[in-house]
Amino acid sequence: MKPIFTKRSSPNTGLFVCVFASLALLACEQQSLLTPFRDLLTSVVYPLQQLVSSPTQGIKKLGEAFSSHAGLLAENEELRREHLLLSAKLSKFAALEQENLRLRGLLDTSFKLGEQVMIAELLAVNLVPYEHVVVVNKGSRFGVYPGQPVMDAHGVVGQVLRVNPQSSEIILITDPNHAIPVQVNRNGLRTIAQGTGQIDKLSLPFLSSNADIQPGDVLVTSGMGGVFPQGYPVATVVAANGEGNAFAKFAAAPVAKLDRNRELLLVWNKPDPIPRVPDQVSSPKDSTTSHAAK
Amino acid sequence: MLQNRTATRLVVLASLLSAMILRIMPLPAELFIYNPDWMLLFLIYWAIAIPERVGVGYAWTMGLLSDVLTGRMLGQHALAYSVVIFACVKLHNRLRAYPLFQQTFAVLLLLFISQILISWTQNIKSSIPFGFIYWLPSVVGALVWPAILPLLRLVRRAYNIA
Repeated sequence: MKPIFTKRSSPNTGLFVCVFASLALLACEQQSLLTPFRDLLTSVVYPLQQLVSSPTQGIKKLGEAFSSHAGLLAENEELRREHLLLSAKLSKFAALEQENLRLRGLLDTSFKLGEQVMIAELLAVNLVPYEHVVVVNKGSRFGVYPGQPVMDAHGVVGQVLRVNPQSSEIILITDPNHAIPVQVNRNGLRTIAQGTGQIDKLSLPFLSSNADIQPGDVLVTSGMGGVFPQGYPVATVVAANGEGNAFAKFAAAPVAKLDRNRELLLVWNKPDPIPRVPDQVSSPKDSTTSHAAK
Repeated sequence: MLQNRTATRLVVLASLLSAMILRIMPLPAELFIYNPDWMLLFLIYWAIAIPERVGVGYAWTMGLLSDVLTGRMLGQHALAYSVVIFACVKLHNRLRAYPLFQQTFAVLLLLFISQILISWTQNIKSSIPFGFIYWLPSVVGALVWPAILPLLRLVRRAYNIA
């Protein structure tokens, strides 16, 4: 005799429950209520991401192992020269910074903004083709927070989109859903640079046709919006066309090497000014975690 | 019997793990736009082959992992996978009997349904200009189906999964 009640539920009920659960999850995700659950799932997936990333990193390591003595010497020489140049520049910069602080002190306005950085390594995995989102190997365990600015040696790379315990996802400035407030370094003209979905192009849609902007202009972060610290290079203006249009079409090329990076810098941008006369000495580790806790 | 069931579970899980690896492998950007949804393809095979083991709930769980893996909102892939696998489980007798060409076409439709559901739920948060490129993974997925089918059948026969 065929049993009337089987142990397994029918696929119809299963589908109903699953669709309902999915919609509930989507609704909760809008309110970002599911962080612990997501963290749990990510810790399942993270070893997989590392596994996928390991051959690429292995090849890099192998290349290092087999690089020739002469090549290493040449690289060393070049790095030494670069180091010399940069330290010279930096010493000048330190003097300028002191002068700037002193002048600001005279004006009695604001203080220097403190910034801290941490190096994060890129995981060689792809997420989805139509978004520019990458994964790095530092997460909330290191105090990374959503909206944190990310740089490389040349300029702004993007910001942290989502934080997991061991890893975090970073949206690049070229993602179609990303926009960054910038200003022209030459004259302080403020505008917004939007991502286009192409790795070497940003668009500047909100410039009037008589705006004072030329190819070659450097765009730096304006500090508006409070996400990116002020004054980091973002892109250089490359093309100016669209004559006769009320809004001129400009494009800009990101200065950061977005498609060639292995290491990125996560920046802690302190909204609280550092007092000129520090009343107590705190270790950098402490201040990092205290900021992240805010 | 119990041992057999555990073995089945392990083999299915291992195949899905390799599908996850294929999903996020570091291809150059020009190739990555063709990368099909391997997890759904593998799930479709198992749902047609052993519908009493790999069902809607299984697909839902795998969908959640896929969401986290590709940085979607939780529930996007879960919704799509459970709907598609529901159709597979319901129609598994018919899908098994189809000739390869017709089966490939059915898989194409199923992959399209999944992508439509994902893009609908995606649009809650942000509008992405979907062009022709967005649908390429489904087409490629259907094209690789005639290769996946004998491969996974080989695996299934080798481990004696009924």
